Amino acid sequence: MARDRDPGREIIPAVQKLRIQHAKRDRLRFTSHRDFQRAFERALKRAGVPMAYSAGFSPHPKISYANAAPTGVASEAEYVEIGVVQLVDPEKLRAVLDEVLPPGLDILAVVEARTPDFVARLEASHWQIELPGTSKETLESAVVTFMAAAEVLVERMTKSGVRTFDARTAVIRANVELGADCAILQVVVRHGVPAVRPDDVLAALTKVADFVQEIPPRVTRLAQGPLLEDGWSVGDPFSLDREATQA
Amino acid sequence: MTVQSVFPALEQLLPRVQKPVQYVGGELNAVIKQWDDTIVRWCLMYPDAYEVGIPNQGVQILYEVLNERQDTLCERTYAVWPDLEKLMRENGVPQFTVDAHRPVGAFDALGVSFSTELGYTNMLTAIDLAGVPLHAADRDETHPLVIAGGHAAFNPEAIATFIDGAVLGDGEQAVLAITDIIADFKNAGSPGGREELLMRLAKSGVMYVPAFYDVEYLEDGRIRRVAPNRPGVPWRVAKHTVMDLDEWPYPKAPLVPIAESVHERMSVEIFRGCTRGCRFCQAGMITRPVRERSMTTIADMVANGLAKTGYEEIGLLSLSSADHSEIAEIAKGLADRYENTQTSLSLPSTRVDAFNIDLANELSRNGRRSGLTFAPEGGSERIRKVINKMVTEEDLIRTVTAAYASGWRQVKLYFMCGLPTEEDEDVLQIARLAHEVIKAGREASGRNDIRCTVSIGGFVPKPHTPFQWAAQLDHETTDARLYKLRDAIRQDKAFAKSIGVRYHDGKPGVVEGLLSRGDRRVGKVIEQVWRDGQRFDGWSEHFSYDRWMAAAEIAFADEAVDVNWYTIRERELSEVLAWDHLDSGLDKEWLWDDWQDALSEVEVDDCRWTPCFDCGVCDHMGTEIQVGPTNAVMLPMPTIPSRVAATSGA
Repeated sequence: MARDRDPGREIIPAVQKLRIQHAKRDRLRFTSHRDFQRAFERALKRAGVPMAYSAGFSPHPKISYANAAPTGVASEAEYVEIGVVQLVDPEKLRAVLDEVLPPGLDILAVVEARTPDFVARLEASHWQIELPGTSKETLESAVVTFMAAAEVLVERMTKSGVRTFDARTAVIRANVELGADCAILQVVVRHGVPAVRPDDVLAALTKVADFVQEIPPRVTRLAQGPLLEDGWSVGDPFSLDREATQA
Repeated sequence: MTVQSVFPALEQLLPRVQKPVQYVGGELNAVIKQWDDTIVRWCLMYPDAYEVGIPNQGVQILYEVLNERQDTLCERTYAVWPDLEKLMRENGVPQFTVDAHRPVGAFDALGVSFSTELGYTNMLTAIDLAGVPLHAADRDETHPLVIAGGHAAFNPEAIATFIDGAVLGDGEQAVLAITDIIADFKNAGSPGGREELLMRLAKSGVMYVPAFYDVEYLEDGRIRRVAPNRPGVPWRVAKHTVMDLDEWPYPKAPLVPIAESVHERMSVEIFRGCTRGCRFCQAGMITRPVRERSMTTIADMVANGLAKTGYEEIGLLSLSSADHSEIAEIAKGLADRYENTQTSLSLPSTRVDAFNIDLANELSRNGRRSGLTFAPEGGSERIRKVINKMVTEEDLIRTVTAAYASGWRQVKLYFMCGLPTEEDEDVLQIARLAHEVIKAGREASGRNDIRCTVSIGGFVPKPHTPFQWAAQLDHETTDARLYKLRDAIRQDKAFAKSIGVRYHDGKPGVVEGLLSRGDRRVGKVIEQVWRDGQRFDGWSEHFSYDRWMAAAEIAFADEAVDVNWYTIRERELSEVLAWDHLDSGLDKEWLWDDWQDALSEVEVDDCRWTPCFDCGVCDHMGTEIQVGPTNAVMLPMPTIPSRVAATSGA
């Protein structure tokens, strides 16, 4: 390799891909996606994971991130895929990576990638939205009105300006529970473009039902994955890889 | 009394502010201790935004040194942005630490590290948000001691009203000594209250306690004298100097933030102090003598730090990194060790005359040849003699020619405007120098796409330097000179496209000058401007020159002084300077002689390789120069078995 052009780096292809499920909890839910990327890449270094790197003058580790939860939203179901240049034991990787990440960024599961089209498998998300200070009845009546509507247009500021889109159709299921100091909204939302996010659902509730949330809600993505046969349950996106490994 | 976390209340506000992650902590290697298990509780503050404050080495070092003590806990706080400040005031949330979100007002000591005076207003915000009275005189036993440190603490007179103490010099041993005194005092049941504690601290000499000194003024506004107002308090308070940096290899576990910071790399300090003798440079004057860290300790700190942080870049820090006696061996040793990894090395401060292309090649072996930065500081040979920056034009051209010939495409040059004795011509020489650099670079590289960026800012005279007596250049003349330079470069038809010019206008320098050489009367200006809403003075979008001048107008209404008196006025040898009772070790006569030498364009050498020229520091402080070579050898890194490999790899 020409030394004066590229500083002697050999490009070693990835021999294995691994899919990682991680959580973003408690105060670290305020981590933005970029923040998480940096923290994760440094954790891979500390864990001594034999990462594959891209070619070129400023090589990047081979990592793909899918559907990151918004800043401020906690999650039990974030997904990342990495490429490595030496075979790695998924369970060891899970344990070591979890150990070197700060509490709150927790590694929940690792599987070897044995199947294609992983991102396409992430069809929907299950969000839990805790609304402190709101009564169950108020929330229920707002949800009934919302679900009865065919379309609820909401606005969101995006990089290209204010965008108006329907927040209703993507919501497959919504039900209300009573929490300790709050009402809890459980929603299953189908992924699409633009993605309907929990704050869009709340904006839609406000719009159709005069629903006002004074205290900021606590939102957690509980699951992300394929829609199961019942049409509204969210399955484990690692099932296929696990089956393929066992086979 | 156990202290509750304010996080539940803060959490409600975070969704409503910019970049909430900066307030949640959770850094790798952060330490959280049980409140009730410790006797002395420190909160350290870097008075700027989290992204600027978190990489600060001073805070990281002291944080670790203090937390290593069993009887002590140490947490950190940073300046909150105005959006959160407003919400905190509305909702009664106090200034908090990012570690365990404890209220700052509950700590025994709040140590504030000032790299620059531009953090003063942010300190006031923090004290006020903490529920601590702004004036030291109004505080009681329940309030933390507010202690200033960092370079600006060598003249803390402008903030004397707001602080209980100032620590001069290296903090490692000083914070431990202060902790001992606080622990003894608390264990004895806090006899005599706050006054007694401050008395013990002042008597020990570890800390300057402004309240124990009275300042008297002459009718013309100058200081008549500064004298202790209690028996047992030293007339002068001396700086602290840590000897043998190998004994203090901190930070051992650098903090790695989740949020993005201004320095995304791991820093290892390779030596402290600098005796090059640049006359404008306060850091070089107040951190003498040079104390090198050995090659072996540096290598260990790099290996350990990389393993604990996961950073990909190592910065070898010091005031002039290429001056380490074994820099070539260090650079080669590290480049060998980390060959074929993604780890890269950088040397943030390099002198033109200490730089050589072999060193640069080692540094860039694992990284990119992005750009090289040098600081000739003065545009003309004459002005470089005045400031004692002994870099010849020949040195500079030779160095940049070698760099362009070896594949670098971009060179950055730093200069100052407004140096003592400076004329327009001295600054206009920068245009000619940049022209010569590009010309030499095009010839050496055979390409036309090479670049040179000239970066220039206004000079601010600083205490404890030979220029402490100098008149600062007014901002109008500074700006006019900068425009002339910009125009001269633009008019250079064949070369203008290859030369970038970046300049900072002179107004912020006026405020910095006021604060740097300020005395206690300047405290009123700081308080006024802060009450008028001034925050984050280091940020151009928040800095307001007009607000500062309006505040000075009010604060100085009944005084014999004004902003010009502090900034553009030259001082005489006989004048009592506001910081004369603070001892940096430098002999005042020597500083004056050096000032006279500057005016006569006489240069002075570096005492590392010439006999001592009696600046006073080593004699007076009982310190000595500590430099290599050690002739040690950096061995290759041992291979660490993988913890994640699929086969057990035994």
